[in-house]
Order: sequence, then C-alpha cells, then structure tokens
Amino acid sequence: MFFIQLRDLFKSYGPVMALNGLNLKVPKGSLYGFLGPNGAGKSTALRIICTLLSPDSGHVEVGGRNVLLEEKEIRRGLGYVAQDVAIDKILTGRELLQLQGDLYHLDRKYKKKRIEELIERLDMNEWIDRRCGSFSGGMKRRLDLASGLLHEPELLILDEPTVGLDIESRSVIWGLLKELRNNETTILLSSHYLEEVDELADEMAIIDKGKVIASGKPDDLKKELGGDRVTLRVREFSDEVEAESVKKLIKNINGVSNVVVNQKQGYSLNFLVQRNDVISNLSGHLSKENFEVFALSHSRPSLDDVYLQATGKTLMDAELELAGKRDLKLENKKSMR
Amino acid sequence: MITTNQSLHKKKQSRNDLNEMSQEISALTWRLFIQLIRRPSTLFAGILQPLIWLLLFSALFSKAPIDFLPGSSSYGEFLGAGLIVFTAFSGALNAGLPLMFDREFGFLNRLLVAPLSSRSSIVISSVIYITSISLLQSFAIMATSALLGYGWPSLGGFLLIAITLLLLVFAITGLSLGLAFVLPGHIELIAIIFIANLPVLFASTALAPISFMPEWLGWIASINPLTFAIEPIRMAYHDSVDLRAVLINAPYGEVNGYSCLAILLILTVGLFFLIRPLLNRKLA
Repeated sequence: MFFIQLRDLFKSYGPVMALNGLNLKVPKGSLYGFLGPNGAGKSTALRIICTLLSPDSGHVEVGGRNVLLEEKEIRRGLGYVAQDVAIDKILTGRELLQLQGDLYHLDRKYKKKRIEELIERLDMNEWIDRRCGSFSGGMKRRLDLASGLLHEPELLILDEPTVGLDIESRSVIWGLLKELRNNETTILLSSHYLEEVDELADEMAIIDKGKVIASGKPDDLKKELGGDRVTLRVREFSDEVEAESVKKLIKNINGVSNVVVNQKQGYSLNFLVQRNDVISNLSGHLSKENFEVFALSHSRPSLDDVYLQATGKTLMDAELELAGKRDLKLENKKSMR
Repeated sequence: MITTNQSLHKKKQSRNDLNEMSQEISALTWRLFIQLIRRPSTLFAGILQPLIWLLLFSALFSKAPIDFLPGSSSYGEFLGAGLIVFTAFSGALNAGLPLMFDREFGFLNRLLVAPLSSRSSIVISSVIYITSISLLQSFAIMATSALLGYGWPSLGGFLLIAITLLLLVFAITGLSLGLAFVLPGHIELIAIIFIANLPVLFASTALAPISFMPEWLGWIASINPLTFAIEPIRMAYHDSVDLRAVLINAPYGEVNGYSCLAILLILTVGLFFLIRPLLNRKLA
C-alpha cells in the first residue's frame, strides 16, 4: 500500500522548470529516500506534499487523501522539517515547542509530557531553555525535528535534515529516524548525501531535472548495475576523442558493460565488470591500441554509480552544474507566501 | 521512547473548533508579546518619539496666539490629541513588519503547515498585539500630557478616545498586514511606512486647525482619516462630550462627531473587505 502518490507533477518558477512530470510512490511505514542534487526539484516536491505549494498540474495523494482538496486533514497527520530551519530567535527552545504544540491543538498535559519526552530523546536538556538565537546549526536542526514530531505524525517529511551538521547531531538524528521507521511512521527523506540514503532508506528514488530517473531498494538498484564499478583514466587529462576511442575498445571486451565517459572528471571512463579477470587483462587490451593505464580504481557499486549510470555524471558534478544555473532569489520569491 | 500510536490522535487533539482557534490565537499572540518583553526598544521608541514631539512642539509654539486654536487653552493641549492619534497610527502602520519577517525567514511556513483551525488566527493575533501596544503607547502619551498640565478626559471622554483609537488602529493594522503580504520584502514595507508616516501627520489637524491651513492643504486634511480620529479625541478633552457637535469645518461642509466615527468605521470595514480576498489568497 502506498502512503504517498505523486502523478505527473509539473511545477515551474518563471522560466525554470522545477518539476517535469514527477511520479513517485512511497510505501506506508517505510523510510523513503529522495536523492538528487540541489536544484533537482526535491524541495519543490516536498513543499507540494506539505500543502505549502500548489503544482501547476498533476495529482498528489497522501494517505488516500487528495492533498489539493483536503489540506487541513493532511496537515494534521504531517510533520515537516524544512531545509532552512525557521525558528524564532527570541523564543527559547521550550517556548518554540510549546507554540508548536498549541498550533497542533495538543492538550496541556499531553503537550508537556511529549515535550519532555522529545527533549530527553534528542538530548536537548542542557540548552532547551536558552534562546534559539544562540543555537548552533545542529541544535536548531534537532529542535526543528522535535517540532515536527511533537504531534506524532503519521508522515514525517525531512528536507535535507543533516546538511552541515556536526557528527553528534547527525548521529542523534539518524538514530531517531531508524527508531521511527521501526515504529511504522512513514518518512520521506530528501538528501543529496549518498551515504545517508544508503544507510537509512528502505526504498529510494533518484530525481534529476524534475523527474524520477530510477527508483527501488538501494541494494537492488546497485545490484541492477550488474557488477563492480571500475573507473579508468588513460592519461591525467584526456580529451573527448581519446575517451571515445577507449570507450569503443573496452565496450567490446567480454565481461564489460555500461561504459560511460565522465566528461567532468577529465574524460575518465566508468564501467562495470562482471568478472575479476577482466581487470587483470585490461592493461593488455589497452596496450594493443597504444593506450596506458594512468589510473584505475575498482569498487563495489555505490548509489553514486547508480546516479552516474542514469545521468552520465556523478552527483557532485550535477550539483556543481546546477549551482551555476539556479536563480535562488527568483525561486525564493516565487515560493514565498 | 518515541511512539507513533496514531489512534491516540483524536483523543489528544481538542475537538472543538472554537477552542482550537482560541488556543492558536493565544499562542501566536503570546509569542509576539514574548518578543516585545525581550526586545522592548520598539515599545519605548514608540512612546518616546511622540513625547519628544509634545515637549518640543508645545515649546516651539507656546507663544502662538490662542485664538487660532479652537477650544484649547494652550498649544500643548491642542497638540495632545494629535500626538495620541499619531502614536496609535504609527504603531498600527508597523503591524505588518513582524508578519513580513515571518514570511522572509520562513517562520510563516511553520504556521501554514500546521492544521490551524483558521488561518485568520495569524492575522487576528497580529491585530490583538498591535492594538494592545498602540493603545498602551497612546495612554502613556495621555498620562504624560496630563502630567504636563494639558488635562485628562472625563470617563465619557476616555471611552470616546478608546473607541476612536480602536477604529483607527483596526483600519491601519489591516492596511499594514495587507501590505505585508503584497510587498516583496521588509525594505519596501519600511519605505512605505517611512514615506507615509510624517506627511499623513502634517496633512491632518494634529499640528494646526484647518482654518490655519492654505485651502489645498485644508482639503487634504479634511479627508485625512487621522483628522476624523483627532477631532473626536480633542473634543474628549473638553468638559462636555457631544457627538452631535460640529468638529470639523471642512471646505466641503461641517462634520460632527457621529460622522467622524462613522467615517472611521466605514474605513475600517472597507479596508477589511479590501484586504480580505488578498489574505484569503495568500493564506489559502
């Protein structure tokens, strides 16, 4: 059973197409990873699910309810931890949680009990009665997470919850997310940290340019690549012509598949090998055509390889490429109420 | 231990819509008061500025002929009503700023993602807060004015002052909140506040009666909402409060106390209806 269903979702900010026919199905009670570079459309999709934004077109369903028609009911069962932590610097952490409790109409006794429970669980005792303005990024994020969990939501939406966090805060948040997942809360976690999604997610989707390009269980996606990942460079700084020649050559080697030229990384070649002997014989194949092995790395497939396979570039390269193209001012303006 | 027992939801959440709305309004209002208590500079600045005006202007025009000030025995007494209204007006004009900052810093999203019984609670809490602060500041000016010997109204007069200020504050707060949703950022809102504040004061009867003004300014002053608030308050300082009395000798005719209040009421209701669709759209 799917708890979240997005169908053919489109959303643009002026000339920028943020969502371009996004489709997504999140199973109930799962921790679902939403992976993609900054600017791929993750936050826009999450804001639509949270009723903060309307799509230009498409269908959004949460818990069997149409988000565009039953906003209030959706909000009752939803916890949202935004990418930019929005806290009132003048209030103390406890006062912010109390305000949050009142906005969700919790009764006084339950609110008090629940706040104490979360303060304990997220290890906030030492600083919760200080003003939020004095908090570090990790403290703010933990407080924000506590706010999102105060009313025990059925669905928790986390937009890049561990960006820029210290190891201790990240570990506390990861621990809590694992605990929540075991308690059947549906969690949608957007991230551009591969290891985070790999570690936490039951299932995941990779989003690129506003649409899902791969989805499934992280292990299955890696297995689907069908072998170990090899990165080869024949010179320190190769060029397109040379890279294409090498690609042509190694494509024909038995046991090699999915050869991709990675332009951003000096025209290196990424490919999969099904057998270990392919690597030991690789040098021989290359020397026949007067190519040398300048650098060679061999690893088990990672989610970055899944991303690379689907898009032809690594997640980091995609980040850098998109960073230059985004008009954050326009996006903020368009998304500001 | 974190639990997620969804069956408890309905028990934990109050079922009564009115209770829910009052819970969210009081929480949101209390938040604004906490901000004020911890950062009281705006409250004091809002009182100090008109007080300085009161002291300086009354000294500046202390030798002005009394004859041109209808019903007042000194310029300080004449000026008092204008500054009470100006204080309330300035305070209400700033009403949109906290909301604008909430928009800019994303705090409004925290409110909008919550299952508020009514999103009007966000606006109502701002109105309650600004009204309380504006009235408090105005009464501080009244008290200082009394200490300087410029008089204190009767009970009826006091009531009239409270009603007049409430009408004005509601209208201007509504306008400011509307602007806070329309304008792109706080810089633009502050610019409008900066531009509007003093010209609106000078183009009213706060500092001089209409008879003392050139004709063109007299016209502007006699349609300025501040004038319709200033004159009833000026009357409230007199011994007898009679709303049938003519308070403004405008170029277009005479305006009595009832008409002043009716115009303020129409302005408040009109502005409310004007910004309502905007708020509905922005908070939908």
